[in-house]
Amino acid sequence: MGRLLEVKDLKTYFKTDDGIVKAVDGVSFYIDEQEIVGVVGESGCGKTVTQLSVMQLINRPGRIVGGEIIFEGKNLLEYEQHGPEMRSIRGGKIAMIFQEPMTSLNPVLTLNQQISESLMLHLKMSKEEARKRAIELLGLVGIPSPEERIDDYPHQFSGGMRQRVMIAMGMACNPKILIADEPTTALDVTTQAQLLELMKSMVEQFKSSLVIVTHNLGVVARYAQRIYIMYAGKVVEEGKCKDIFKNPRHPYTVGLLNSVPRLDVEGERLIPIEGLPPNLTQMPPTCAFLPRCPYATEQCRTQPMPELRPVEGEGHKIRCYVDIAEVDNVTVKK
Amino acid sequence: MSQSKNNNEYLLEVKDLKMYFPVTRGLLRRKVADVKAVDGVSFSLKKGETLGLVGESGCGKTTVGRTINRLYKPTAGEIIFQGEDIAQLPEKELKPVRREMAMIFQDPYSSLDPRQSAGNIVGEPLIVHNITKNKDDYYERVERLFQMVGLDPALMNRYPHEFSGGQRQRIGIARALACNPSLIICDEPVSALDVSIQAQIINLLMDLKSEGDKLLTYIFIAHDLSVVKHISDRVAVMYLGRVVEITTPGELYNNPLHPYTQALLSAVPVPDPEIEEKRERIILEGEVPSPLFPPSGCTFHPRCPMATPECSKTIPELRDCGNGHMVACLRV
Repeated sequence: MGRLLEVKDLKTYFKTDDGIVKAVDGVSFYIDEQEIVGVVGESGCGKTVTQLSVMQLINRPGRIVGGEIIFEGKNLLEYEQHGPEMRSIRGGKIAMIFQEPMTSLNPVLTLNQQISESLMLHLKMSKEEARKRAIELLGLVGIPSPEERIDDYPHQFSGGMRQRVMIAMGMACNPKILIADEPTTALDVTTQAQLLELMKSMVEQFKSSLVIVTHNLGVVARYAQRIYIMYAGKVVEEGKCKDIFKNPRHPYTVGLLNSVPRLDVEGERLIPIEGLPPNLTQMPPTCAFLPRCPYATEQCRTQPMPELRPVEGEGHKIRCYVDIAEVDNVTVKK
Repeated sequence: MSQSKNNNEYLLEVKDLKMYFPVTRGLLRRKVADVKAVDGVSFSLKKGETLGLVGESGCGKTTVGRTINRLYKPTAGEIIFQGEDIAQLPEKELKPVRREMAMIFQDPYSSLDPRQSAGNIVGEPLIVHNITKNKDDYYERVERLFQMVGLDPALMNRYPHEFSGGQRQRIGIARALACNPSLIICDEPVSALDVSIQAQIINLLMDLKSEGDKLLTYIFIAHDLSVVKHISDRVAVMYLGRVVEITTPGELYNNPLHPYTQALLSAVPVPDPEIEEKRERIILEGEVPSPLFPPSGCTFHPRCPMATPECSKTIPELRDCGNGHMVACLRV
């Protein structure tokens, strides 16, 4: 499988009255062809901003201040945000689905107008062709009687149906990469299961890659092949999904796994991560997780933020001086 | 309302509770239909027990909680709390009942008055119910409440916006504990919080159960089955205003009987790729129907993989399938 997208040392900062917020601070990741990648983290960890940066959808006060985004051999950051190159990629080759299906559709346009727009723009279809294709797409994502519903407005659809429309719009131009940012968070569990299955089958059918950005560890465990765990603007652990769930090596990953109640485990006491996530305007020079880390050593307190380093397992890396696998008395709930 | 009157082992018994919201139209506000938010829910709750209410949006779980707290006046049914039916009590007589029954809300951002300090928010119930004798007593109690929920009493004079989501939820819990209630209705208390903070709040709620002067009883309402299963002694699964299954968490996971429960369980992913690979997935068709026009018979039948023609005619009763495992399904 070939490499599709490679992001190197991406930095996106926001200038605020309280100082510079380093929302994304040196994030590197890659996506291979036809791969499902999970990006996991809590609110404020920078997972969404990372993906928005790939699409160059960062507006003031935010700015991409460094790094490279290599897609099909070209660095996307050399293109202007509103330039023709970026426009042909955005929505054409890389598409994105947003968290809130309630607000991410335009309420005053019919579905036909919204779906056809990208078809006419990117694939140069005529109005009639685009309409025909839009009806096909709506059928593909499971909207009943698409011929009749194509001229409806978003408010005439339920939340789950709107997210289906978003998936249809995302897949419209057969993108190489579909980025789904918390695609099912606002929806019910049974609808969530329907939509994730739909997205998986759509990317398989279209031979695209899928990036799932979520805080739900279960969702990535079910669908992702590789995952990135983010904390305070940095990737703290990356690797194959199976390796990370079986042998989590970063204290934050272990903390996350221990703090979620699991359906398949009988009422054991949860082990929460103590404390709060750091304030992004006042980041310490040391490891950002240090104040909450139960395994911190003297080295962690005195040394700067550790770099990502490889550990056992294919492509498995952690940003930590301590390797959980080498620490005794660690409870990793299984 | 005294404790001695209540020799019953049940703290709360809900019998055939119905809560319909009228839909009105026109100038005269003529009633044209009813939204049957809760349509015949029955369950009982022992002292010190935690009952989980789980279901998708619109299933009526929040309405059940609010009706028990008498924030709504139920259309029909009985709510026997500490031996007294409070379902039709007039507003004036509810004050002593509400002292015994508190509520924790979902959204820690909108459920706290932004113009009151944290201390005042927590202390207000003490004043409303005339619990404290004097100022010193009041401050002492508020301070103790802060400590109980793991907040520094020095933060008493701060305002809600100065706290994080998890801390705000702690303030909400302290407020609920203020009157030393016997029943706390927790309505999605952790769903607005981050994963690592969720665990802190869940552990706090579990610790508080036995910490106070009396054993707390919870009704824990949530859509997240893993959280409900973790905290509850018994779980009730709701669908379109009705309870479809009640049992212990272990039994629910290992032996779910209702087809909706089975689908709900399989829809929740487990954070373990190896288990996920082996799990069978039941993906339900369609969406939850509108409670304005619920399907006839068993309300689940249009989506049910096991449905027979009879299911669209008969409303299944909740019946015991052994060891208190209650199911409302004709096919079980």
